[in-house]
Amino acid sequence: MTLLILFWEFLQTGLFAIGGGLATLPFLQKMIERYPDWFGALRVADIAAIAESTPGPIAVNAASFAGFYAAGIPGALVASIAVVIPSFVIATLVSRALDQYRNSRLVESAFSTLRPAVAGLIAAAGWVVLRTALFSAQIDADGLLAAVQWKSVALFVVLLALLHLPRVKEIHPIFYIIAGGVAGLLLGL
Amino acid sequence: MKVKLKILGELYLTFLKIGAFMFGGGYSMLPLLSRELVTRHGWITEETLLDYFAIAQCMPGALAINTATLVGNKRGGVLGGAAALLGVVMVPMALIIAIAAFLTRFWQLPAVASAFAGIRVAVAALIAAALVNLIRSNVKNALGIEVCIFAFVIVAVFGQSPIFVVLAAAIVGLVAGRVKR
Repeated sequence: MTLLILFWEFLQTGLFAIGGGLATLPFLQKMIERYPDWFGALRVADIAAIAESTPGPIAVNAASFAGFYAAGIPGALVASIAVVIPSFVIATLVSRALDQYRNSRLVESAFSTLRPAVAGLIAAAGWVVLRTALFSAQIDADGLLAAVQWKSVALFVVLLALLHLPRVKEIHPIFYIIAGGVAGLLLGL
Repeated sequence: MKVKLKILGELYLTFLKIGAFMFGGGYSMLPLLSRELVTRHGWITEETLLDYFAIAQCMPGALAINTATLVGNKRGGVLGGAAALLGVVMVPMALIIAIAAFLTRFWQLPAVASAFAGIRVAVAALIAAALVNLIRSNVKNALGIEVCIFAFVIVAVFGQSPIFVVLAAAIVGLVAGRVKR
């Protein structure tokens, strides 16, 4: 029964949380309020912290984690499957439609401004990551300059410089991610 | 049949790799997607990737799931979409289950926090580097520059939802296309 309810709840989450993984968090909040015995002391902030720091789509990570708390491994599987079903169905249909209207002039003129807009959105996402990476959490307490994590800034500058060197910049992003993790460990960030 | 299986296998493995290393969710995966899908396999162009992001933003569910399904569908139909989707969720799900089962405290270890602080710096650097190319190849005229800055300010400064930005940008594009004609 728990699995059925989980499936239904996460199917709705997958269908109505528009705009990416973080949009699922309010749905999780409601679930925690509605089924307190599933989640114990777990708070949405905990789910968000783990979903954001592990690799993978945030919506799926959050669903796996919450599902596991509610009903173990079957719960994790059911919640994850339910949360992706709406996306999968809709994206498949959209993909069909896109092939058909690809060359229409309306679609082309809409995309001519959508691409710059998405570039701006990616810049905004990068800004958020950069801010959390280079500043400590308590900015207000001691002023902006005191919040700067200088070791992180140094690492950022070095990595960014490497990413502009010919040859070196061809190295796969995965290696930069691993190198970042190792450097963080060594520098004690 | 054999060819089809090869395509499905490639899609699965490529998205397995992307899923295992996409930290930060959503747009943070751009550098990885661009390297794997555009540079390495040549399955789509950078423009198409941005188109997919724009579409995925307006659809329900995680950006990564929507993008994986769209790319998979383009390469190998419905089954391709399923292969890409399975690939992208496999490692994250296994990891989350392991963490929820054994390692809830693991996340509070100082060493783990340090490693993740470093990974965040690396992701920020990758996005910054990828943005340069992205803007160069996709922001081509004055209207594009305006829309790009507008999108950034609305989301980064005012904290508004990206969905409205995408819808507004589509409308601006339609109107501008109309005026030109």
